[in-house]
Amino acid sequence: MTERLLAEFRDDRALQAGLQLVRGAGHSALEAFTPYPIEGLAEQLAQDRSMIRPVMLIGGAGTAAFALLLQWYSAVMNYPIVSGGRPLNSWQVFLLVPFEVGVFAAALAGVIAFFHSCGLPRLHDSLFAVPGFERATQDRYFLLVAAEDTSTDLRAMLRDAGALGVTEVRAP
Amino acid sequence: MSQVLIPSDPPTHRWIASSLARDVGVTQAVADPVFTSFGRTWWLALLASLPFAIWLFCAIGWLFYQGIGIWGINSTIVWGVAIANYVWWIGIGNAGTLISAMLLLTRQKWRASINRFAEAMTLFAVAIAGLMPIIHLGRPIYAYWLAPYPNTMALWPQWRSALVWDFWAIVSYLLFSILFWYVSLIPDLATMRDRTPYRAGQLIYGAFALGWRGSAREWSRLQTLHTTMAALGVPLVCSVHSIVGLDFAASLMPGWQESIFPPYFVVGAMYSGFAMVVLLAAAIRWGFGLQAIITRRHFDVMGRVLLMASIVMFYSYATEWFMGWYGGEHSDRELVRFEFTGTYAPLFWALLACNCAIPQLLWWPTARRSLPILIAIAVAINVGMWLERILIVWNTLSHGYMPSLWRTFHFTFWDWTFLIAPLGFFAFLFLLFVRVVPSVSMFDMRELSHEERAA
Repeated sequence: MTERLLAEFRDDRALQAGLQLVRGAGHSALEAFTPYPIEGLAEQLAQDRSMIRPVMLIGGAGTAAFALLLQWYSAVMNYPIVSGGRPLNSWQVFLLVPFEVGVFAAALAGVIAFFHSCGLPRLHDSLFAVPGFERATQDRYFLLVAAEDTSTDLRAMLRDAGALGVTEVRAP
Repeated sequence: MSQVLIPSDPPTHRWIASSLARDVGVTQAVADPVFTSFGRTWWLALLASLPFAIWLFCAIGWLFYQGIGIWGINSTIVWGVAIANYVWWIGIGNAGTLISAMLLLTRQKWRASINRFAEAMTLFAVAIAGLMPIIHLGRPIYAYWLAPYPNTMALWPQWRSALVWDFWAIVSYLLFSILFWYVSLIPDLATMRDRTPYRAGQLIYGAFALGWRGSAREWSRLQTLHTTMAALGVPLVCSVHSIVGLDFAASLMPGWQESIFPPYFVVGAMYSGFAMVVLLAAAIRWGFGLQAIITRRHFDVMGRVLLMASIVMFYSYATEWFMGWYGGEHSDRELVRFEFTGTYAPLFWALLACNCAIPQLLWWPTARRSLPILIAIAVAINVGMWLERILIVWNTLSHGYMPSLWRTFHFTFWDWTFLIAPLGFFAFLFLLFVRVVPSVSMFDMRELSHEERAA
C-alpha cells in the first residue's frame, strides 16, 4: 500500500513550492487544503472539470419549460377562461413565472451538483483526526501526497520544501 | 457611534488595515466577537427590539381576527401601508443579493467586507416583504390558492394576474437568496467549527459546515457554483422588482400605467437597499470594532453608488412628469399637478428633498467619509424611498379618472403599527444573526489580504 502523507505549510508560496517539488520527483499530489481559494490550484492538481454548470442549465431550463407547459395546459386546455379579452394562450405574460422558478431551480440543481461532486455533506473524514488540521480553515496550508516512488524519501523532501510538520494518514 | 474614523491606511492596502492583513488577523477579528461575551449594548438592543417583534405579531393576529378595515384604507384608496411596505421591504431585500452578485461579477474586491451581512439583510427583508401581500389579502387563509395544486374545485391560478407573478417572484427569490447566502457561508462555518471553544458550537457549526475541509476541489467547485449563481442572480433580482413594478404598470390607472416602472423600481430598490447597507455597515463596524475591515474607503464607494442612484432616481421622476405632460392625457396631467400641489404635496416635496436634493451632498468627499453625515443621508434616503412608495399608491388612487371618487387616506393606529413594528422585528432578526454567524466573509477577506500584499 502506498504511503499517504499530509504536509503542513506556513503560506501559499511554500505550498506551491512543495507541490512542484513533489511532482517533479514523480510522486502524486492528491489534494491541497487552504483557508481561502487559491487560483489555479485545482488545475495544478489535475482535477477533472466539474459538471456543475451543465447540470444547472438542464435543471433550470427543464423546470422553466415545465412551468410554461403547466400554464399553457391550465389556461388553454383544462380551464379556459377569457379574461379582459386576452387570448387564452397569453404566452408573453406566461414567460414571467418560468423565468423566476427556472432561476431558482438552476440554483438548486447547482447546489445539489456541488454537494455531489465534493462528497458533501460529509459526517467525518480521516483528515479531521490529524492534529492541527483544524487550522486548514484558518491560517495553514496542507498538501496531501502519495508516495509513488520508494527510492526517494518523500518525508524528508517535504521537510526540505519547508513543511512545518508531516503526518502519515491511513485510510479509514 | 465612533465619530472620528481611523487614519488613512498605507497605500498598499486599500481595503483592509495593514495590521490585520494576515490570515490570523482576519479570522480573529471576525470570528472571535461571536464567541466572547455578548456585551451590554447587544442585550439592550435586543431588549429594545423585542417589543416591536411582539407588537408586530400581535398586530397581525388582530388583523387576521378583525380584517383589513383596521387600516385607513377605504373603497377608493384600496391599497395602503401594507403595499407601500411590501415594495419598500422588497426593495431593501433586493439590494443584498444585487450588491453581492453584481460586485462579484465585476470583480470589485471590496465587496468582501459587506456581502455577508448585505445578503442576510436580503433574507430578513424579503421575508418581511413576503408577509405584506398576505396580510393585505383580506382572506389570508386562502393565500395558498396562489399555488397550482390539484383541488376539488378544479380551479387554477389566474396566470395573467400580477398577484400570481408576485407570489412566484417572492418565493423563488427568497429561496434563491437563502441558497446563495448559505453556499458562501459554508467555508466560514467550517472556520467557526474549528475555532469554537464549545462542544455545542462544534456540533452545530459542524453540522451546518457539512464536513467542509477547504480542499482545492471544494474551493474550485464552490467558486464555479457561486459565480454562476451570481450571474443568474442579477437578472433574477432585476426581474423580481420589475414584477413589483408591473403590479402597478399592468393596471389602467393614471400615473401607474407607465413602461418606465420596472427599471425605475429596480433602481429605487438598489438605492434604498444600499442606504440600508450603509446603516448596517456602520452599526456592525461599531458594534464589533471592525474598523480595520470596513474602512472609510468602503463608505466612500458606497456614497458614490448612492449619489449615482440618486441622480438616476431624479431622472426617472422627471421622465414621469415629462411623459405625463407630453402624453397629453388630461388625467395624467392632472395627476402630476396633484402630486406637486394636492393633498399629499408636503410629503411629495419631502420625498424630493430626501431622494434628490440631500444626497447631492455626496459630491463632497468630506461628506462621503464622515460617518454622521453619511448615516444621516442614508436615513433620509430610506425615509424618502418609503414616501415614494406610499405616494405612488396614494396619489393615483386618490386622484383617479372619476372625480366623484376622489378621497384621502388617513393614518390609523394600525397603519403606524405596520410601518414601525416590522423595523423593530428586522432589527431583532439582525441582532440574532450577528451573534451566531460571522457577519463578514472571512475567506473572501483572506483572499483579499493576500492579493493586497502581493500587489
